[in-house]
Formats: sequence, structure tokens, C-alpha cells
Amino acid sequence: MRASPDMVCCPVCDALHHLTREPATGEKARCIRCGTVIANGKPQAILHIVVLASTALVLMTIVVFYPFLELRTGVFDSRASVFETVMSFSQGIMAPLSIAVAAFVIVLPVARLGLLIWALGPLSVDRTPWPGAARALRYAEILKPWAMAEIFMVGVAVALVKLADLATLSMGPAFWSFAAIVIITALKDTQMSKHSVWTALDTATRR
Amino acid sequence: MDGPGHGDAALSAPTLTAREAGLVGCRQCTRVCEAADERCPRCGARLSSRDPGALQRVWAWWLAGALLFIPANTYPMLITSTVGRASEATIVGGVIELLHYGSYGVAGIVFFASVMIPVGKFVAIAYLAILVQRGHRTKPKHLLHLFEFVEWIGRWSMIDVFVVAILVALVQFDLIATINPGIAAVCFALSVVFTMLSALSFDSRAIWDRIKTLSND
Repeated sequence: MRASPDMVCCPVCDALHHLTREPATGEKARCIRCGTVIANGKPQAILHIVVLASTALVLMTIVVFYPFLELRTGVFDSRASVFETVMSFSQGIMAPLSIAVAAFVIVLPVARLGLLIWALGPLSVDRTPWPGAARALRYAEILKPWAMAEIFMVGVAVALVKLADLATLSMGPAFWSFAAIVIITALKDTQMSKHSVWTALDTATRR
Repeated sequence: MDGPGHGDAALSAPTLTAREAGLVGCRQCTRVCEAADERCPRCGARLSSRDPGALQRVWAWWLAGALLFIPANTYPMLITSTVGRASEATIVGGVIELLHYGSYGVAGIVFFASVMIPVGKFVAIAYLAILVQRGHRTKPKHLLHLFEFVEWIGRWSMIDVFVVAILVALVQFDLIATINPGIAAVCFALSVVFTMLSALSFDSRAIWDRIKTLSND
């Protein structure tokens, strides 16, 4: 059997399919064997992804530069930005952990947003993609499980409870932007369908 | 109503895998490529019809993660010093402390994320790897659901590491109270990363391969 352009392979179970047509708006094309969504009919998906990723990226700058949490106990006052949180393991043997937390919470989420915008930005306004778009999109997919901003948010909630009776806590502007980023990123990921995004990038590159 | 067999108009399938057809499917972008291709011509991802070393990698990461999980639980995660007195708390110790405060919900979240999820993951990955190694008669969809759940939930174990980082950054009142990270934080973070790598190394396509081999016998 020869590979033909209308063939699609399920990435989860390897079943071959013929994609007779792109799914209509709101329709999902699922793998016949394992039920994994292979393509979904969202014609505006790429524009939505780029808009949401850009918003999250702008909010991320607020997160890094503004105070995140503030702690008061009578006379003492302590303020922590996300950057300070990340640096909290920076002494001695804990230093690698500091780098890892920085990567999971700031670097990888930002890198992923940047890569997505690089790969799909020109596509969303009907331009020819920038060089290296395919590589950028592939790396963005690889980074997906390692960007842990939303998990950090739950960690914040747990830390708040642990400190609740020790001191008065207040949330800074960075806290709320971070919360927004988590929601925006989740929304953005629902728009992603590997097949649809790759097909769009493919046709745009050939044009 | 777009599940398999429910009048799915967009996809029609000859129930054949890419491997059986002598082709390779790209797991990154779903493109079907020739068997001779080393990299996908569309997205550049490395292609492999089946990776014979996949299960070995699963077991190697699994073992590394399981070994590190032991010191993660026996050594202190947090070292709190209040007015000259230092107290150490392990992961489970932190949960018990939360229970004393009466925050049962949060204690539940921490216990679930730092104890239940990692232990459950070790059991689930080992179960999947053994079944796939030996060949099995379990419904492949059940195994796939288990695998996808394990893959999705693994990252959430990192909660406790982040909690420690936040506490350490916030509570630095030199004389009154300071919190410092313990060695268990490093072990735990590494254990989570290794089990995530173990789950990522698992090839879900093997679930179906091995059931086919059995029915052919």
C-alpha cells in the first residue's frame, strides 16, 4: 500500500483512516478503533489559539515583575514575587530544584506560548508562515506536559491555607494575572487538534 | 453522537494499522508516511513504526522514580524554625499537621497529590507494562483509558514541591520564623519527573499490537 495524502493515522492506536472530508463546524472526527479525536471542525481555531496565546504572554510579563503574594504578621512584612518563589531553592544542594521550578512555572510556559505564536501567528492573518514554523509547532507539542503553571496555582492555594492562621495574606496583581493565564491556556488547549493545525500549516507553506 | 460507529461521516477506515499496511504513521501530526522515511516530511518528527526499546525505557524510568520515592518520604520536606527551635516535617507529617488545623479538604488534596497519585502511578504503569510484555486479553479501551489517566494526572504530583517553594519564599522572618526546604523536596521532584518520563516512554500502540498477536495464535 502506498501512502496517499487523504490517509490519516491515529497517533494513539495506529489505525489507518481515509479522511473523506474535513469535519464540519462543531463536528469531531474520532478514531474508529480507540475513539481518540483526530480532527475537529473548528475553522477559527488557529486565530483563537494565536489570540489566546498572545494574551497569556502579555499577562506573563505582569506575573514576573509584580508582587505575587504578601504576608503580614504584626510588624513584619514579607512580599514574594514569582521570581523569588523560584529562587527559594537557590542555596547549595537545592539549586537544581530552583532551576527546575523556574522551568516548570515560567520558562516552559512562556517558551510554549512563544513557539505557538511563531508557528501559527502569520497563518492566523493569512500570511506565509515564518521559517522554522513546523519545528516550532513540534517543540510546542513536546513541551506540553512540562508546562505546569496551573499546578503552581493549586500549590499557591495549599500554601495559603497552611499560612492562614500564621499571618495575614494578600494577593498581588501578579496572582490574578497568573490565575487568568491558567484559564486562558486551558481554553487554548481545547482549540488544538494536531491534525487540523498541521494540515493548515502544510497547505499554507506550500502556497 | 460522534463516537465510533455512530455515523461518523468524516472518517472511513479499513480496520488496518499503518504497520500492517507497510506504512508509518506520524504520532505528532497524524500524517501517513512511507516505511523508509526516517523523519516525517510534514512536521519533522522522528518516525518509528514500533520502538523495540520502549518498554525497557519505561521500566528504567519507573525504577528510578520508585527508588527516589523512598527518600522522598523518609526525609524531611520542610524545616521550620520558630524562635530558635527547629522542627522537621515529612510529606505525610505535613498532611497530619494540616489535619490538626482542621483543613481536611486541603489535607486531602495534598495527600492525594503526593501519596495516592505517585503510588497509583507506579502500580498502573507496572500493570500496563507487564500486560503489554506478555500479551493480554483485556479490552484495549480499558487499558487506554487507564494509560491516558495516568499520563494526565502525573504532573499534578508536583503540587507539594511548589507549596514548599512558596512557603520558603514567603516565610523568611529571620528571628521569628523561617522555613527551609528539606532534601526530600529534591527527591520528590525527581521522582515525579522520572515517572512522567516513564509514562511518556510507553507506546500506547503496543496495547493493540499485543492483543492481535494473541488472537492470531
